[in-house]
Amino acid sequence: MESKKDIIQKLRQNILQMEGYRPPLAGLHNLIGLGPVESAFPNGIFPVAALHEFICNSAEQAAAGGGLVTGILSSLMKQDGICVWISKAKPLFAPAMTVFGIEPHRVVFISLSKDEDALWVMEEALKCSGLTAVVCEVQELNFKQSQRLQLTVEQSRVTCFVLRNATAKLSATACTARWQVKPMPSADLNGLPGLGFFRWQVNLLKVRNGKPGSWVLEWNNGRFMPVEHLVLEEKRKAG
Amino acid sequence: MAIWFRHLLTDGLALRRPDLKGLPFVLAATVKNKMIVTASSAAAEQQGVFTGMAAADARAAVAELLVINDTPGKSAKLLRLLGLWCIRYTPVVAIDLPDGLMLNISGCAHLWVDERTYLKEIVLKLRNSGFDARAAIADTPGAAWAISRYAKTNPIVESGMQIKALATLPPAALRLEPDILERLQKLGFRTVGNLISIPASVLRRRFGNMLLLRIDQALGKKEEELVPLVPPVPYVERLPCLEPIRTALGIEIAIEKLLSALCIRLKTEGKGLRKAVLKCHRIDGRKVQVGITTNRGSQNLQHLRKLFNLQIAKIEPALGIDLFILEALKVEDVDVVQEQLWAEAKGLEDAALAELLDRVAGKIGAAAIGRYLPAEHYWPEQSVKLATSLKEEPGTKWPVQMRPIRLLAIPERIQVMALVPDNPPKMFIYKKKRHTIIKADGPERIGREWWRDNGEHRDYYAVEDSDGQRYWVFRSGPYNGDSPAWYLHGYFS
Repeated sequence: MESKKDIIQKLRQNILQMEGYRPPLAGLHNLIGLGPVESAFPNGIFPVAALHEFICNSAEQAAAGGGLVTGILSSLMKQDGICVWISKAKPLFAPAMTVFGIEPHRVVFISLSKDEDALWVMEEALKCSGLTAVVCEVQELNFKQSQRLQLTVEQSRVTCFVLRNATAKLSATACTARWQVKPMPSADLNGLPGLGFFRWQVNLLKVRNGKPGSWVLEWNNGRFMPVEHLVLEEKRKAG
Repeated sequence: MAIWFRHLLTDGLALRRPDLKGLPFVLAATVKNKMIVTASSAAAEQQGVFTGMAAADARAAVAELLVINDTPGKSAKLLRLLGLWCIRYTPVVAIDLPDGLMLNISGCAHLWVDERTYLKEIVLKLRNSGFDARAAIADTPGAAWAISRYAKTNPIVESGMQIKALATLPPAALRLEPDILERLQKLGFRTVGNLISIPASVLRRRFGNMLLLRIDQALGKKEEELVPLVPPVPYVERLPCLEPIRTALGIEIAIEKLLSALCIRLKTEGKGLRKAVLKCHRIDGRKVQVGITTNRGSQNLQHLRKLFNLQIAKIEPALGIDLFILEALKVEDVDVVQEQLWAEAKGLEDAALAELLDRVAGKIGAAAIGRYLPAEHYWPEQSVKLATSLKEEPGTKWPVQMRPIRLLAIPERIQVMALVPDNPPKMFIYKKKRHTIIKADGPERIGREWWRDNGEHRDYYAVEDSDGQRYWVFRSGPYNGDSPAWYLHGYFS
């Protein structure tokens, strides 16, 4: 006789499969190197063919979000991958990407002024299964639009990141995950003066079928490093 | 008819570089570690510089001689162009390397009254355009070749009179190889006339079949075939309509029809379309046209149709369109790849990516798309350049530096407080918000490139405020006491 827990576990797996999550393959854990953050996702794997939404409230947060996405991209684009980055007005400063291990010439930037154009280009790009990822900066994304994108992504299995910078009212979207990235003071490097490794507070506000949470990550020598003790400290402070 | 260009290469070059006109100059190429003159201009020949001389000897003979490097294959290209021009006089024009053209003028000369005016017309036109041309008309290509090069007078040989015309010419007029010519010279054959009277069997034994073949060709006993030049057919498709087309659907169908015809041709020739224009002639006499461009040669009907469909809104049919003309302005060779069984990341070579960018360029404009390559400049604004094509790879490695992920297009002025002039700032105010600086790196001095622009250098600092937000700020110029100019230039992640 199976215990109640086992039955529930099995049913959960079934639901996941119905929703398009494939059962995990061996060796896929911690693929991106996000460490504990990845365990928040269903099956404990960073969902690749999915829509990720980043909420950026300020220019600083937009830069931090851009940094985190670039870091994730670097492990996604490892071999020969190509990424399309759709930006509003001025695109990212390409040479900064080298710090995150990306060769900037493998990123195609498309700069657009209108949201409709950006959404059109994003959908067209997501249909292109040869791409590794599509990053798009838009003001607004409503439920219908996100649903459309999610369906396209499920077809082509391209990873999609949406950086939203106007977040007056946060409506529900069909995105797999909603992130918020805030810059954090960098750590002292053995008492040396100057800036340390980039450090962010990564909040997963919503994860479909997963557990939202908050972590502190650091970009340390070409990979993400979770900073555990800070999380513990914060938890202690909270109560 | 045979046309001989006495100074084909040098005349061609003088046309392209008018400053060389009338000057003694030669083209030279390296043969066995020695610069040999391959072509000399008329002025140089007058002073005794001929093809085959060593360039050093030629320089010694003529002090002001210009020696220009020769590129092989030039004469074939020039002759092809001249031949294509000659097609207006006769449909059959053949290239006769290294310096002539052969025209089959049967049935053409009477259009210019007679053969004499016909020949005059062509030769004068060529001479006026700068080519030192000589021409001759005869029954056979061989005879015409001989007359054009070796006869002093009368360039037109009456029908059937080849023997008489050739008799006084030297054996070289028969287009023979140098060693045969040398043997003929040794044996005392000074003219073609001496040779013709000798029985064929005797000649064959001594000189081989080639000589007999050339004699027979010159006299018209053996056929000689010309390989005519085929002018390139432009990639144009036309679609006249019985009823004027006024609807978007109608235009779509017209585009589909034209494109499918064009794509079939492109596929058979292994070409891909890079640039095309669709001209719509309306019944009110106006013409509207839309164009598309692609990032790589495409013969994919679906893709091209999508590109044109994005443009349909720009076509205004007014009262109706009765003629569509689709013209491919630029095509290039494409390698046809086998369709892959499974999709994989193919990098920048991916055809789907190129097609995506075409669609974006068609709808929004090519200016929106950019891919960056490193430029060898330290000045941040100039440290990247746009790639011109999808295939372009960076010439140098990307520098690994601390650079902000967001760079402001124009640095923004901030108010700064620093303890010591050359210390990093302690505090700055940007957009009325005060940022207290905890950590800072710097200064990193970046100077302007004085040969490009002049102005102040910049001292950059990477700073982190109390909230952990990281900025890139700089002071323009040296610390000058009263009001140092500080700017915010970017955000680190």
